[in-house]
Amino acid sequence: MSIIEISCVEVWRELSNYIDGAVDPDLRRRMEEHFKSCGHCTAVLDGMRNVVRLVGDDRVFELPAGFSDRLRQRLKEAAEG
Amino acid sequence: MARTTELEIVLINRVCAGEKELFYELISPYERSVYIAAFSVLQNEADAEEAAQEAFLKAFSHLSSFRRESKFSTWLIQIALNEARMKRRKDRKFLHQSMDDRIQDEEGDYMPRDFADWREIPSEALERAELRETLQQAIASLHPKYREVLVMRDIQNLNIAETAAALRISEASVKTRLLRARLQMRDALAPGYDGSWSIGERNWKKVRPW
Repeated sequence: MSIIEISCVEVWRELSNYIDGAVDPDLRRRMEEHFKSCGHCTAVLDGMRNVVRLVGDDRVFELPAGFSDRLRQRLKEAAEG
Repeated sequence: MARTTELEIVLINRVCAGEKELFYELISPYERSVYIAAFSVLQNEADAEEAAQEAFLKAFSHLSSFRRESKFSTWLIQIALNEARMKRRKDRKFLHQSMDDRIQDEEGDYMPRDFADWREIPSEALERAELRETLQQAIASLHPKYREVLVMRDIQNLNIAETAAALRISEASVKTRLLRARLQMRDALAPGYDGSWSIGERNWKKVRPW
Protein backbone atom coordinates (compact mmCIF):
# COMPACT_ATOMS: atom_id res chain seq x y z
CA MET A 1 0.00 0.00 0.00
CA SER A 2 1.43 3.36 -0.95
CA ILE A 3 1.67 6.13 1.59
CA ILE A 4 0.47 9.59 0.67
CA GLU A 5 3.33 12.01 1.09
CA ILE A 6 3.19 14.81 3.57
CA SER A 7 4.94 18.21 3.46
CA CYS A 8 7.40 19.64 5.99
CA VAL A 9 4.88 22.29 7.08
CA GLU A 10 2.29 19.60 7.75
CA VAL A 11 4.87 17.63 9.75
CA TRP A 12 5.75 20.66 11.93
CA ARG A 13 2.08 21.25 12.71
CA GLU A 14 1.83 17.77 14.18
CA LEU A 15 5.28 17.41 15.76
CA SER A 16 4.13 18.13 19.26
CA ASN A 17 1.18 15.71 18.99
CA TYR A 18 3.55 13.14 17.46
CA ILE A 19 5.90 13.37 20.44
CA ASP A 20 2.90 12.97 22.77
CA GLY A 21 1.75 9.88 20.84
CA ALA A 22 -1.44 11.70 19.93
CA VAL A 23 -1.57 11.32 16.14
CA ASP A 24 -3.64 8.64 14.45
CA PRO A 25 -1.82 5.58 13.01
CA ASP A 26 -2.19 6.72 9.40
CA LEU A 27 -0.67 10.14 10.05
CA ARG A 28 2.05 8.57 12.20
CA ARG A 29 3.03 6.29 9.28
CA ARG A 30 3.15 9.23 6.90
CA MET A 31 5.27 11.27 9.31
CA GLU A 32 7.67 8.39 9.89
CA GLU A 33 8.02 7.95 6.15
CA HIS A 34 8.77 11.68 5.86
CA PHE A 35 11.43 11.58 8.61
CA LYS A 36 13.26 8.82 6.72
CA SER A 37 13.97 11.15 3.84
CA CYS A 38 13.95 14.60 5.48
CA GLY A 39 16.94 15.54 7.61
CA HIS A 40 15.48 18.95 8.46
CA CYS A 41 12.31 17.61 10.02
CA THR A 42 14.25 14.87 11.81
CA ALA A 43 16.53 17.55 13.30
CA VAL A 44 13.54 19.57 14.50
CA LEU A 45 11.95 16.41 15.94
CA ASP A 46 15.16 15.44 17.78
CA GLY A 47 15.56 18.96 19.11
CA MET A 48 11.99 19.10 20.36
CA ARG A 49 12.34 15.71 22.05
CA ASN A 50 15.50 16.99 23.70
CA VAL A 51 13.65 20.07 24.98
CA VAL A 52 10.80 18.03 26.43
CA ARG A 53 13.19 15.64 28.15
CA LEU A 54 15.38 18.39 29.61
CA VAL A 55 12.69 20.75 30.89
CA GLY A 56 10.88 17.80 32.48
CA ASP A 57 13.84 17.09 34.73
CA ASP A 58 13.20 17.95 38.38
CA ARG A 59 16.57 19.65 38.64
CA VAL A 60 15.57 22.55 36.38
CA PHE A 61 13.20 24.10 38.90
CA GLU A 62 13.71 23.51 42.57
CA LEU A 63 11.82 24.89 45.53
CA PRO A 64 13.65 27.80 47.18
CA ALA A 65 15.58 26.72 50.28
CA GLY A 66 13.40 26.87 53.39
CA PHE A 67 10.14 27.02 51.39
CA SER A 68 8.51 24.13 53.26
CA ASP A 69 9.48 25.45 56.69
CA ARG A 70 8.10 28.90 55.94
CA LEU A 71 4.90 27.39 54.54
CA ARG A 72 4.40 25.15 57.56
CA GLN A 73 4.89 28.13 59.85
CA ARG A 74 2.30 30.23 57.98
CA LEU A 75 -0.19 27.37 57.96
CA LYS A 76 0.34 26.86 61.67
CA GLU A 77 -0.38 30.53 62.32
CA ALA A 78 -3.48 30.37 60.11
CA ALA A 79 -4.75 27.25 61.90
CA GLU A 80 -4.27 28.86 65.29
CA GLY A 81 -5.58 32.27 64.29
CA MET B 1 -9.46 13.23 34.17
CA ALA B 2 -8.03 11.57 37.24
CA ARG B 3 -9.96 12.24 40.41
CA THR B 4 -8.88 13.16 43.87
CA THR B 5 -7.47 10.08 45.60
CA GLU B 6 -9.33 8.35 48.44
CA LEU B 7 -6.56 9.25 50.86
CA GLU B 8 -6.94 12.90 49.89
CA ILE B 9 -10.70 12.78 50.40
CA VAL B 10 -10.20 11.28 53.87
CA LEU B 11 -7.70 14.02 54.73
CA ILE B 12 -9.92 16.77 53.28
CA ASN B 13 -12.87 15.55 55.35
CA ARG B 14 -10.77 15.40 58.50
CA VAL B 15 -9.31 18.89 57.96
CA CYS B 16 -12.81 20.26 57.32
CA ALA B 17 -13.99 18.54 60.50
CA GLY B 18 -11.40 20.45 62.51
CA GLU B 19 -8.09 18.55 62.32
CA LYS B 20 -6.39 21.55 60.77
CA GLU B 21 -2.89 20.28 61.43
CA LEU B 22 -3.45 17.58 58.76
CA PHE B 23 -3.65 20.18 56.00
CA TYR B 24 0.11 20.21 55.46
CA GLU B 25 0.10 16.44 54.97
CA LEU B 26 -2.62 16.90 52.36
CA ILE B 27 -0.79 19.54 50.34
CA SER B 28 2.87 18.58 50.83
CA PRO B 29 3.03 16.41 47.66
CA TYR B 30 2.05 19.53 45.66
CA GLU B 31 4.41 22.15 47.09
CA ARG B 32 6.60 22.07 44.02
CA SER B 33 3.67 22.03 41.53
CA VAL B 34 2.05 25.04 43.14
CA TYR B 35 5.33 26.93 43.33
CA ILE B 36 6.15 26.20 39.69
CA ALA B 37 2.66 27.25 38.59
CA ALA B 38 3.19 30.60 40.32
CA PHE B 39 6.71 30.84 38.91
CA SER B 40 5.41 30.27 35.37
CA VAL B 41 3.47 33.51 35.69
CA LEU B 42 5.80 35.65 37.81
CA GLN B 43 9.26 34.47 36.74
CA ASN B 44 11.07 35.22 39.96
CA GLU B 45 11.59 33.18 43.12
CA ALA B 46 10.48 35.64 45.76
CA ASP B 47 7.20 36.59 44.07
CA ALA B 48 6.47 32.98 43.14
CA GLU B 49 7.01 31.84 46.72
CA GLU B 50 4.73 34.55 48.07
CA ALA B 51 1.97 33.75 45.56
CA ALA B 52 2.36 30.00 46.22
CA GLN B 53 2.06 30.49 49.97
CA GLU B 54 -0.95 32.75 49.55
CA ALA B 55 -2.48 30.04 47.34
CA PHE B 56 -2.01 27.40 50.04
CA LEU B 57 -3.55 29.69 52.67
CA LYS B 58 -6.49 30.34 50.36
CA ALA B 59 -6.89 26.62 49.72
CA PHE B 60 -6.84 26.08 53.48
CA SER B 61 -9.58 28.61 54.18
CA HIS B 62 -11.71 27.48 51.21
CA LEU B 63 -11.18 23.74 51.53
CA SER B 64 -14.85 23.07 52.27
CA SER B 65 -15.77 24.50 48.85
CA PHE B 66 -13.52 22.02 47.00
CA ARG B 67 -15.64 19.80 44.76
CA ARG B 68 -14.59 16.21 45.40
CA GLU B 69 -15.20 15.09 41.81
CA SER B 70 -12.40 17.28 40.45
CA LYS B 71 -8.70 16.65 40.92
CA PHE B 72 -7.24 18.17 44.06
CA SER B 73 -3.86 19.04 42.49
CA THR B 74 -5.57 20.83 39.57
CA TRP B 75 -7.65 22.84 42.03
CA LEU B 76 -4.49 23.89 43.89
CA ILE B 77 -2.76 24.84 40.64
CA GLN B 78 -5.77 26.92 39.56
CA ILE B 79 -5.64 28.83 42.83
CA ALA B 80 -1.88 29.36 42.45
CA LEU B 81 -2.27 30.68 38.90
CA ASN B 82 -5.01 32.97 40.08
CA GLU B 83 -2.93 34.35 42.95
CA ALA B 84 0.06 34.81 40.66
CA ARG B 85 -1.99 36.62 38.02
CA MET B 86 -3.54 38.92 40.61
CA LYS B 87 -0.07 39.70 41.87
CA ARG B 88 1.13 40.37 38.35
CA ARG B 89 -1.77 42.72 37.71
CA LYS B 90 -1.17 44.64 40.93
CA ASP B 91 2.57 44.96 40.56
CA ARG B 92 3.75 47.70 38.22
CA LYS B 93 6.88 45.83 37.28
CA PHE B 94 4.73 43.31 35.43
CA LEU B 95 2.69 45.94 33.59
CA HIS B 96 4.15 45.20 30.16
CA GLN B 97 3.46 41.48 30.58
CA SER B 98 -0.18 41.93 31.46
CA MET B 99 -0.60 43.91 28.27
CA ASP B 100 1.01 41.11 26.30
CA ASP B 101 -1.55 38.68 27.60
CA ARG B 102 -4.22 40.24 25.44
CA ILE B 103 -2.53 39.08 22.26
CA GLN B 104 -4.67 36.47 20.53
CA ASP B 105 -3.35 33.06 19.55
CA GLU B 106 -1.20 33.63 16.54
CA GLU B 107 -2.54 32.24 13.33
CA GLY B 108 -0.38 30.52 10.78
CA ASP B 109 2.57 28.22 11.00
CA TYR B 110 5.69 28.72 13.04
CA MET B 111 8.80 28.16 10.98
CA PRO B 112 11.73 26.55 12.78
CA ARG B 113 14.62 29.01 12.72
CA ASP B 114 17.14 26.53 11.42
CA PHE B 115 17.45 22.85 10.77
CA ALA B 116 20.84 22.10 12.18
CA ASP B 117 21.16 18.73 13.76
CA TRP B 118 20.91 18.69 17.53
CA ARG B 119 22.21 15.59 19.19
CA GLU B 120 21.06 14.61 22.61
CA ILE B 121 22.31 16.57 25.61
CA PRO B 122 23.11 13.98 28.27
CA SER B 123 20.97 14.27 31.41
CA GLU B 124 24.04 14.51 33.63
CA ALA B 125 24.71 17.89 31.99
CA LEU B 126 21.84 19.15 34.17
CA GLU B 127 24.23 18.91 37.11
CA ARG B 128 25.79 22.03 35.63
CA ALA B 129 24.10 25.20 36.87
CA GLU B 130 24.87 26.76 33.51
CA LEU B 131 22.54 24.41 31.65
CA ARG B 132 19.77 24.80 34.23
CA GLU B 133 20.03 28.59 33.93
CA THR B 134 19.98 28.41 30.15
CA LEU B 135 16.81 26.32 30.27
CA GLN B 136 15.20 28.71 32.74
CA GLN B 137 16.08 31.68 30.55
CA ALA B 138 14.69 29.96 27.48
CA ILE B 139 11.43 29.28 29.34
CA ALA B 140 11.35 32.88 30.58
CA SER B 141 11.78 34.14 27.02
CA LEU B 142 8.48 32.57 25.92
CA HIS B 143 5.33 34.66 25.79
CA PRO B 144 3.34 34.00 29.01
CA LYS B 145 0.54 32.14 27.26
CA TYR B 146 3.01 29.71 25.67
CA ARG B 147 5.14 29.49 28.79
CA GLU B 148 2.21 28.58 31.02
CA VAL B 149 1.16 25.72 28.75
CA LEU B 150 4.73 24.39 28.48
CA VAL B 151 5.14 24.54 32.25
CA MET B 152 1.89 22.68 32.94
CA ARG B 153 2.45 20.04 30.29
CA ASP B 154 6.19 19.43 30.20
CA ILE B 155 7.34 20.46 33.67
CA GLN B 156 4.31 19.56 35.77
CA ASN B 157 3.53 16.59 33.51
CA LEU B 158 -0.18 17.33 33.41
CA ASN B 159 -1.97 15.76 30.44
CA ILE B 160 -3.71 17.86 27.78
CA ALA B 161 -7.11 17.77 29.54
CA GLU B 162 -5.61 18.65 32.93
CA THR B 163 -3.59 21.50 31.40
CA ALA B 164 -6.75 22.84 29.77
CA ALA B 165 -8.60 22.64 33.09
CA ALA B 166 -5.80 24.29 35.08
CA LEU B 167 -5.44 27.18 32.64
CA ARG B 168 -9.17 27.36 31.83
CA ILE B 169 -8.58 27.20 28.07
CA SER B 170 -9.71 24.67 25.45
CA GLU B 171 -7.77 21.49 24.70
CA ALA B 172 -7.32 22.73 21.13
CA SER B 173 -5.64 25.89 22.47
CA VAL B 174 -3.40 23.79 24.71
CA LYS B 175 -2.21 21.79 21.69
CA THR B 176 -1.65 24.86 19.50
CA ARG B 177 0.24 26.73 22.21
CA LEU B 178 2.24 23.68 23.23
CA LEU B 179 3.47 23.16 19.68
CA ARG B 180 4.52 26.80 19.45
CA ALA B 181 6.17 26.70 22.88
CA ARG B 182 8.16 23.57 22.11
CA LEU B 183 9.31 24.87 18.71
CA GLN B 184 10.37 28.18 20.23
CA MET B 185 12.20 26.37 23.03
CA ARG B 186 14.09 24.34 20.47
CA ASP B 187 15.03 27.50 18.61
CA ALA B 188 16.09 29.21 21.84
CA LEU B 189 18.27 26.30 22.92
CA ALA B 190 19.74 25.09 19.66
CA PRO B 191 22.58 24.73 19.00
CA GLY B 192 23.34 23.26 22.37
CA TYR B 193 23.32 25.20 25.57
CA ASP B 194 26.64 26.98 25.29
CA GLY B 195 26.67 27.70 21.60
CA SER B 196 28.12 24.30 20.90
CA TRP B 197 26.90 21.27 19.08
CA SER B 198 27.20 17.93 20.68
CA ILE B 199 29.27 15.59 18.55
CA GLY B 200 28.94 12.44 20.56
CA GLU B 201 28.61 11.59 24.21
CA ARG B 202 30.94 14.08 25.85
CA ASN B 203 32.39 16.20 23.12
CA TRP B 204 31.23 19.69 22.40
CA LYS B 205 32.37 21.47 19.34
CA LYS B 206 32.05 25.19 18.84
CA VAL B 207 30.67 25.67 15.39
CA ARG B 208 29.51 29.22 15.46
CA PRO B 209 30.32 32.37 17.36
CA TRP B 210 27.34 32.96 19.62
